[in-house]
Amino acid sequence: MDYAPNTDQQLKDMLRTIGVGSFEELIHAVPGDVHQRSLHVPHGLSEAQVLELTESLAARNIALPQVTSFLGAGQYHHLVPTAVDALSSRGEWLTPYTPYQAEASQGSLQAIYEFQTMVCELLGMDVANASLYDGASAVGEAAVVALRATGRNRLLVAEALHPHARQVLSTYLQGAGAILQEIPTVNGLTDLEALAKALKDDVAGVFLQHPNVFGCLEPMAQAADLAHRVGALFAASVYPISLGVLQPPGAYGADIAVAEGRCLGTPVAYGGPGLGLFATTQALLRRMPGRLAGCTVDQRGQRGYTLTLQTREQHIRREKATSNICTNEGLIALRATMFMSLLGPQGLRELSEANLSKAHYAASHLQELPWVRLAFDQPFFNEFTLRYEAGITPEAVNRALLKAGVLGGYGLKTWYPLLDQHALWCVTETLSRERIDAACEALKKVRA
Amino acid sequence: MTTPLIFERSIPGRRGYRYAASDVPPIAPVEVLPAEHVRTTTPAWPEVAEFDVVRHYTRLSQLNFSVDTHFYPLGSCTMKYNPKLNERVAAMPGFAWLHPLQPASQVQGMLELLHGLEQMLCAITGMQAFTLQPAAGAQGELTGLKIIRAYHQRRGQRRSTILIPDSAHGTNPASAALSGFSVVQLKSGPDGLIDLNELKARLNGEVAALMLTNPNTLGLFERQIKAITALAHEQDVLIYMDGANMNALLGICRPGDMGVDLLQLNLHKTFSTPHGGGGPGAGPVGVTQALEPFLPLPRVRKRGRQFAWHEQGKHSVGRVHGWFGNVGVLVRAYAYIRTLGREGLVRASETAIINANYLKARLRGVLPVPYDQHCMHEFVMTAKLLKAQGITAWDVAKRLLDYGFYAPTVFFPLIVEDALMIEPTETESKETLDQFAEALIRVVEEARQQPDTVKRAPRRMPVERLDEVKAAREPNLRWRPAEASCPTAPHG
Repeated sequence: MDYAPNTDQQLKDMLRTIGVGSFEELIHAVPGDVHQRSLHVPHGLSEAQVLELTESLAARNIALPQVTSFLGAGQYHHLVPTAVDALSSRGEWLTPYTPYQAEASQGSLQAIYEFQTMVCELLGMDVANASLYDGASAVGEAAVVALRATGRNRLLVAEALHPHARQVLSTYLQGAGAILQEIPTVNGLTDLEALAKALKDDVAGVFLQHPNVFGCLEPMAQAADLAHRVGALFAASVYPISLGVLQPPGAYGADIAVAEGRCLGTPVAYGGPGLGLFATTQALLRRMPGRLAGCTVDQRGQRGYTLTLQTREQHIRREKATSNICTNEGLIALRATMFMSLLGPQGLRELSEANLSKAHYAASHLQELPWVRLAFDQPFFNEFTLRYEAGITPEAVNRALLKAGVLGGYGLKTWYPLLDQHALWCVTETLSRERIDAACEALKKVRA
Repeated sequence: MTTPLIFERSIPGRRGYRYAASDVPPIAPVEVLPAEHVRTTTPAWPEVAEFDVVRHYTRLSQLNFSVDTHFYPLGSCTMKYNPKLNERVAAMPGFAWLHPLQPASQVQGMLELLHGLEQMLCAITGMQAFTLQPAAGAQGELTGLKIIRAYHQRRGQRRSTILIPDSAHGTNPASAALSGFSVVQLKSGPDGLIDLNELKARLNGEVAALMLTNPNTLGLFERQIKAITALAHEQDVLIYMDGANMNALLGICRPGDMGVDLLQLNLHKTFSTPHGGGGPGAGPVGVTQALEPFLPLPRVRKRGRQFAWHEQGKHSVGRVHGWFGNVGVLVRAYAYIRTLGREGLVRASETAIINANYLKARLRGVLPVPYDQHCMHEFVMTAKLLKAQGITAWDVAKRLLDYGFYAPTVFFPLIVEDALMIEPTETESKETLDQFAEALIRVVEEARQQPDTVKRAPRRMPVERLDEVKAAREPNLRWRPAEASCPTAPHG
């Protein structure tokens, strides 16, 4: 099966119009010694065959709605309103390119403008772009902004920033001549004394995550203040769903706010596509990576939208661009816009509070087990770290839970070898009290 | 006719989505969180009903041109038809609702798919191994450049420059700069191709790689590709190929056989995943055996009959994505390749090439093609002859919108003055190409006879030509409730 409509007869006629006798004449520039005619991929399939094949592959995966999942750790399972799927699957949203021809792309451009506004409101920042790839690459781009804006070369990064974000940051900085320094954690929080000590006048930026990778709420305002005292930028990586109850980055003085925004209206999809949210202050506008839609007028004075400040971008500035990004995550940003519109401020608050309430309900019930303790004595949102005692390991717990159809908290040993008795539990609005209770029951059967 | 902002439809108290009533004791934030952490402001999101949202975003969608509704001859972007089947596959709960930290035993079907996709991309390109992590072409380039740096470092060399032809995409120099390289531009020869003498003069021990695009942005195949790669390899200079134009090569030739060391593919171009109004895309990077140790981690491996993520590798450049890449896009590309298979992929490239050459032939004499040979999947015309009437490629592009066609890529590549870059792809019919040719012929006639019509175009779009200077000089990047900051409240 293929999707090329021209018939063999039409192709023959077209070759005649071109003035060649065969297709081979058209590709005479391809040297004989690289010209290949056998392609070692399987033969084509009919639509029904592809469905059968992919359904059998999909059936060998356990989908989140089939189980009770307490997995979070950087990717959070949230409900997606049906209207988001229905609207975003329209061909007019799915199949346009980047809106370079503004007059034929007013739908995409207005939606981006709405998206930028909603993201600014969510994060409490002045300006937001049209999106970056994911939360991790947004951290990498924020680092580039900090280095270039300050002309300094040291970045302080909390150990409690998600390890994958730290790894992507480290990859992004290869060749940039920058120094990455980690700030350790004490009792689940970034050590402010260590941060203060590390803050010298060569520091370009300080990066904290809130809530951090252990689920704990960081002292963001104090950290931002410390960074600003030495002229460093303060960058916050946040969790959008938490911002119905938690202070937004703008409130504690962040210069750059980034987030993994996929949780706003798009399924987890095994971790991608993501949605990198990036917002900053007016002062840093012209250092911003990525696309921006702006409101302007047409030649009759009527309101319209266009991509703007493109002299920051690679297709104009080439090696002097603020970033190399071109294609971003347009459709996921659009879904987020629809999601934020459907929820409104009241919906966000209810969603946020539901996560807070359910996580605290689960945390208190899980601790009723004699071998389960809250690892850190810190406030949390919808995720918390448990420490198992009596020689019980996260692996043993999760094996036992899986038999009851439960995906238990993520064992932290892989990321933090010293935390080998620790697991990160996340509870979202997708879990009913019944499911939480059933998981607690199943845990009672776990033995060392 | 434009449409009001969703914020302007907001009515306090109106709701668009409700969550179930709490089945656990509700907790107020202040009960469990210190006051300093509790939000004190309310984000000014719109307050609208579900139906408001549906009508608003349906109306907005209708203001867009898209592949589903219009021919989109956008050069270098491969705006081919995006099969509906692939959307259905990607939405299957067994793909769409997986958590990236689920143990491998629970996602065997997903891992098999990703592994299978890597194998097929290797077969198509002649490369040894692929990473699927990069989220778009430009991130693929960035990954490739990190690999290039790591390769030379491992051999004890610090090479500082990347050679890039003057016809290259802007992402190439931007990616090189972001990776700490300096860029040396290669001047194209009189035939629009890489000039071997210029290349020889620029090659030295400081050069880490030559970044080329084949076919290049003029739609021309680098006929001396074997000599180019051999010259570079003599000095241990790696060949990076920007695979944006791979739609010309499926089953015709493989970059691996040309001497390419690494490349990125744009799955949202060649492999038909939808562009989504600007993403998500996917930019997998393929490498030779010598470069495989430097690929990002983790990588999916098959052991016996089981698939697993492999996290170790001391030479890897590290992660470039928070998780495993844009998996939803990868699933669509997998379905596409399995649907077309070997016969369909070859037919896609052949038809893309015939379509491009046919359109070029239909437009012969209308506007000049500066590097006029048989092209591959796209070709570049120049509108410079219309300058006498004060018309630029930009004006031609705008007037085409009035005729119901999205515009070609304009002002690119930079080596063609007033360029119009046209890529029809294989999924457009001869009838559509004929209609487009007739429209462009009329626009050129208008440009000569009534240039004002073209200069003031478009007239039949939801808005007329936009004031881009104002947009840049007085940036208005968000709506603010207090100021009613957008000009002229629209109708409807």
